[in-house]
Amino acid sequence: MSNSLYRQDFAIIASWLAFGSKALDLGCGDGSLLSYLRDGLEVKGYGVEKDDTNWLAAMQNDVDVIQMDLEAGLSEFEDNSFDTVILSQTLQAMHNTEDIVKEMLRVGREAIVTFPNFGYWRNRLQIMTGNMPVSEDLPYEWYNTPNVHLCTIHDFDQLCADNNIAIIERKVITNGHEVTLMPNWFGNLAMYRLKCAD
Amino acid sequence: MSEINAIGADSVGIVTPKTAHFNASITLKSGGVLPAFDLTYETYGELNTEKSNAVLICHALSGTHHAAGRYTPEDKHAGWWDNLIGPNKPLDTNKFFVIGVNNLGGCHGSTGPASIDPVTSKPFGASFPIVTVEDWVKSQAMLADYLGIDAFAAVVGGSLGGMQALQWSMAYPERIKHALVIASSPNLTAQNMAFNEVARQAITTDPEFHGGDYYAHNVVPTRGLRIARMLGHITYLSDDAMGAKFGRKLKDTIKYSFDVEFEMESYLRYQADKFAGEFDANTYLRMTRALDYFDPATAFDGDLSAALDKVTAKFLVISFTSDWRFSPERSREIVKALLDNELPVKYAEVTAAHGHDAFLMPDEHYHAILRSYLSKIEV
Repeated sequence: MSNSLYRQDFAIIASWLAFGSKALDLGCGDGSLLSYLRDGLEVKGYGVEKDDTNWLAAMQNDVDVIQMDLEAGLSEFEDNSFDTVILSQTLQAMHNTEDIVKEMLRVGREAIVTFPNFGYWRNRLQIMTGNMPVSEDLPYEWYNTPNVHLCTIHDFDQLCADNNIAIIERKVITNGHEVTLMPNWFGNLAMYRLKCAD
Repeated sequence: MSEINAIGADSVGIVTPKTAHFNASITLKSGGVLPAFDLTYETYGELNTEKSNAVLICHALSGTHHAAGRYTPEDKHAGWWDNLIGPNKPLDTNKFFVIGVNNLGGCHGSTGPASIDPVTSKPFGASFPIVTVEDWVKSQAMLADYLGIDAFAAVVGGSLGGMQALQWSMAYPERIKHALVIASSPNLTAQNMAFNEVARQAITTDPEFHGGDYYAHNVVPTRGLRIARMLGHITYLSDDAMGAKFGRKLKDTIKYSFDVEFEMESYLRYQADKFAGEFDANTYLRMTRALDYFDPATAFDGDLSAALDKVTAKFLVISFTSDWRFSPERSREIVKALLDNELPVKYAEVTAAHGHDAFLMPDEHYHAILRSYLSKIEV
């Protein structure tokens, strides 16, 4: 992932959080998003991370990080105990995809989900030429990818509709720039701000 | 315990235990009163002028104040947590002033059942009161006063020691900055208490126990202590760890006897003999009871989150995947209660094969966690 895209990703997430709010970052990696939100917005954050190396890096970033497997759900967290629950570029690697999105909206009043858009034209082009897509955003071969549930923007819209989830806002970016024209073709990172539909 | 007979640059070196005498009486949770008592302790590193760098090490069931260093240059055994504590070790004595203390009711110098009761001039024996985790923490706070320490930079403990660190955070929130709760639990499960009961039964039904007053008979309930220790040892290890260490290895060839046939038996018997030769049975009974009774949620209708309401310390909670006596699920109950109170907490579930004993092992990742966390503590 390029650095510029990284920053844009963070900036959009930050724009969806209130100053001093409470956030839970699922699959927080080395904790750089939570550090960014803490430093910029005084967000009170907790991270969840399974991997030992990432966990240690997050701790070194002084992030409050809980080592657990997201696939088992979020039973440690009470209903509505966070303003926002974030799943940043992890959705595609989840097995219990539908469950985790529901869990996020149980624990948080809002949820932010970001994922690489499989409908991005470069991915489609590679499929057309007869190969599974490999790119900077999807850097794995089909046989070693952790990504088990890749989806397109249309697909995710449908998941939300099926689960009574309201999309508060959606942004689609490519190389750090927002895409408004035919986003399911021209966007490579999809970002959703969600809440439960009334 | 490390058996490397060398005092390296990362050792605290030769240490000497000290004893603090308290003329003030202490009323225990059980209602028992000790009119005066001693606490034996050791210190490593230097207390800084602000007195802000003190770290208290709380010991587990069979631990002592001797957490690091050696008593003589020839001493084969370093303190029980020597792999953690020392100059440039994860708990760095160049930075911290580390205190190890033998708990009240212990048998390594602090006032306990084998101590002389000043009223009768005989050992307390059975009359020594039941002590609890709460009592220990209270007496440790008196030791902190004695040493002029207002607040600990950290209180650190594994297993029963972790319960003390947790109790510190609840009882003296203003006196503890960080709690390191390792391989611990907010209370014992029925199965866990059952192991303790078997251990106690082994001791109390030993004919040489004499109702706890065996000192007068110049005997020790060795058989009971041995069995208690063997049982304990089995539960502190994982099946895999025992398999890796001993498997079905024979001592010699099969003799079709009840003597030692397998390596595992030899190990258990050795550990049992060693323990029975140095540990007091009355102390063992009380330590297991302290484990059983600890349950801070009880006073809050079983709500651990409510019990932690007054806590202000930052927490590092660590569990080990193969620890079935204090399983990761139990540590996660503590984590959940901390999260419910929006307290700062970092929780690691360390992949380790050694079972409950893993908290004493120098696992690389485990020690990296401790080193990193402790290095960030400001003193």
